[in-house]
Amino acid sequence: MTTNGTTRRTVLRSGAGVAAAGVLGAPMVHAQGTAGSLRFAFWDHWVPGGNDALKLLCAQWGERNRVTVALDFINTTGNQLQLTAAAQAQSRSGHDGISLTPWDVGAYADKLEPVDDVIGRLVAKYGAINPVAEFLAKHGGKWLGVPATSGTQNKPACVRYDLMLEHAGIDVRAMWPASNTRGPGADTWTWDTFLVAAEKCHKAGFPFGLPMGQFTDAVDWVGALFLSYGAHITDASGKPTVRGNAKLKTAIEYAVRLSRFLPNDVWAWDDASNNRALISGRSALVFNPPSAWAVAKRDAPQVAEKCWTIPMPSGPEGRFIAYLPWTTGIWNFGRNKTAAKEMLEFLSQRESAEATTIKSGGYDIPPFASMSDFKVWETEGPPVGSVFNYPLKPHHQAQPSIAFSPAPAELASQMYIQALNTKVIARVAQGGETVDSAMAWLEREINNMRRG
Amino acid sequence: MASDSNAAVLAARPVGAPAPGSAMKRFARRRSTIAFLMTLPLIAVIAGLVAWPAGYAIYLATLNRRMTAFIGLENFDILLDNETFRAVIWQSCFFAITAVLLKALIGFWLAHMLHHIPAKGQRKWRGMLLVPWVIPPALSTLGWWWMFEPSYSSINFLINAIGFPSIPWLGEPWWARVSVIIVNVWYGAPFFMIMYLAALKSVPDQLYEAAAIDGATGWQGLRHITLPMMRNIISITVLFSLIVTFANYDIVRVLTNGGPRDLTHVFASYAFQVGVLSGNIPRGAAVSLFMFPLLAFIAYFVLKGVNQRNKEMA
Repeated sequence: MTTNGTTRRTVLRSGAGVAAAGVLGAPMVHAQGTAGSLRFAFWDHWVPGGNDALKLLCAQWGERNRVTVALDFINTTGNQLQLTAAAQAQSRSGHDGISLTPWDVGAYADKLEPVDDVIGRLVAKYGAINPVAEFLAKHGGKWLGVPATSGTQNKPACVRYDLMLEHAGIDVRAMWPASNTRGPGADTWTWDTFLVAAEKCHKAGFPFGLPMGQFTDAVDWVGALFLSYGAHITDASGKPTVRGNAKLKTAIEYAVRLSRFLPNDVWAWDDASNNRALISGRSALVFNPPSAWAVAKRDAPQVAEKCWTIPMPSGPEGRFIAYLPWTTGIWNFGRNKTAAKEMLEFLSQRESAEATTIKSGGYDIPPFASMSDFKVWETEGPPVGSVFNYPLKPHHQAQPSIAFSPAPAELASQMYIQALNTKVIARVAQGGETVDSAMAWLEREINNMRRG
Repeated sequence: MASDSNAAVLAARPVGAPAPGSAMKRFARRRSTIAFLMTLPLIAVIAGLVAWPAGYAIYLATLNRRMTAFIGLENFDILLDNETFRAVIWQSCFFAITAVLLKALIGFWLAHMLHHIPAKGQRKWRGMLLVPWVIPPALSTLGWWWMFEPSYSSINFLINAIGFPSIPWLGEPWWARVSVIIVNVWYGAPFFMIMYLAALKSVPDQLYEAAAIDGATGWQGLRHITLPMMRNIISITVLFSLIVTFANYDIVRVLTNGGPRDLTHVFASYAFQVGVLSGNIPRGAAVSLFMFPLLAFIAYFVLKGVNQRNKEMA
């Protein structure tokens, strides 16, 4: 068949010629001698503009090292990032590196490239890494990811200082001032004091906004509470230590008493419910990183200017702060592992970490204690100094914590995701079971999770 | 066209005459070969999108947590030994059966009401009533979540306005179950309505006229004409909806995330929690496969009944 003298063969022939010319004449993306390309998936930051620092730093590093760096920011809404990691681990293809949630490093241990060389150099320069970050990222004696600054958070108490003073008689700004010192009454900031304050604020119509559901904010603060009572539910090998555990029983009983002074729907709260409680002005205290306060600055400035961040209360076994770190892992099936390691090392330098923290308005916490002195936490406001005590500082006399430690990662991740610590409380407080019966249930659940 | 030319070749060949060309050509020209080749795309789609994933899920369910060793049916044994999972079985059955029954009843009632509206007005109502079914459920459930939201529920606002106390829609286990069922019924009832409406329209008017002449009441007409004539469509619709409702994921995930205390989890949401979020993919696969024999059993009997009735009618 011919049309205007042009046959199908002619069209195909010229098409092939054009395609060949295109391929041969296409500009080389990487000039000879470049270090290739890298593709990373990072967690998409809550804080508006929170990704900008990573974009800028990676572009700088790529330019300096002649590596083309492509970044994808994937959010955790609907667990997109976790699903991406699961799919890539299964198919052994995808990004060169990816942000991993706390327990995912252990879950993908056999698919991650060891980064001991990177960590060795960083520790030599900046000192010890946060012990929780180490617990989560080190498996079989090897570091399998680099603890990240972007997205890593503490969950101290964000307090409405005016309501706390008026209804509970506690001046949190005096107790925990914006300086490296403990104020009067800091030693009395215990869970017992907290319970009394919770009752008073509840009576005044401003209950503490503490979630008790199955989301991370709930699991994290209850995890820190349990640890401050010395209540471990397993040992390091994963064996349950529930039966006859007096410390655990005390912690559960305390949480049940406290739950009476919380809003009656906390059992269904998600990670945004406590933020809403604070921002709406209905709550005197939440355990959260400064994102709730940051949103209040925008949407309810009259609330934000009365917020003050202080450490969590202490218990009989000490003060523990809920800590939720991100770790960046490099897939061992990645194509450019050396360049990936170099980039992560660059992102972990003090200057890079500070840039990341500044862009996030102080939200991001670097994994090194030596970096808890960034200016951003002193200068952010209003009120200025509100987030001074957000990073863990020596005068807090506190330890970072993650719920269900020291259980091995593959067991802890199941207990964490299935929120065993809040459920055991709910079975007593909401389900009407006895503490002993709820503890027996807890032991059965753990034993079941250990099987297979 | 290709099929025409093949038919022409086949028609032109005299019976018993030696076939031209090689054996391969003869094989390629056989009707069964052509039929197979033409159905190959469908076979490939079914094999790739149904058989392979199902087979892989079964394989996964037989592995240990690290996916390094074959453990047979132990994942199922572990699950049955677990109180939470036993509660999930009960909840899934309660959720699916209650929701499907309500959807069928409401759908039937709506279809009946619509059937008796004049054709002009019927189209408007039909369109409006179908709206819940055409909105993606993840999105519409988010709207419901805002209405049930623990602290600022708009439904509670209205309830308070008329002097009643707030209802803990998502915070108390039974209310949470009711909320999940309400949303599922709201979303699924229009599907029943449209199927039943189509079935109602296919019932010949003469049957009702004859029954009316014989003095049958409306109830008798419904019981002895409408329902028997709709039996097949009711069976198929209920079966289809039961399968879809058992496998429901988005409503529970968005509305309650399985809480409080895992008391609203259904198979799919629990499988996701155990398999993907907790990093135990084999056990998650075992959870999702658990309903398969149950549904296959129900499907077998429902479809057998439908076939039987078809044969009787033929």
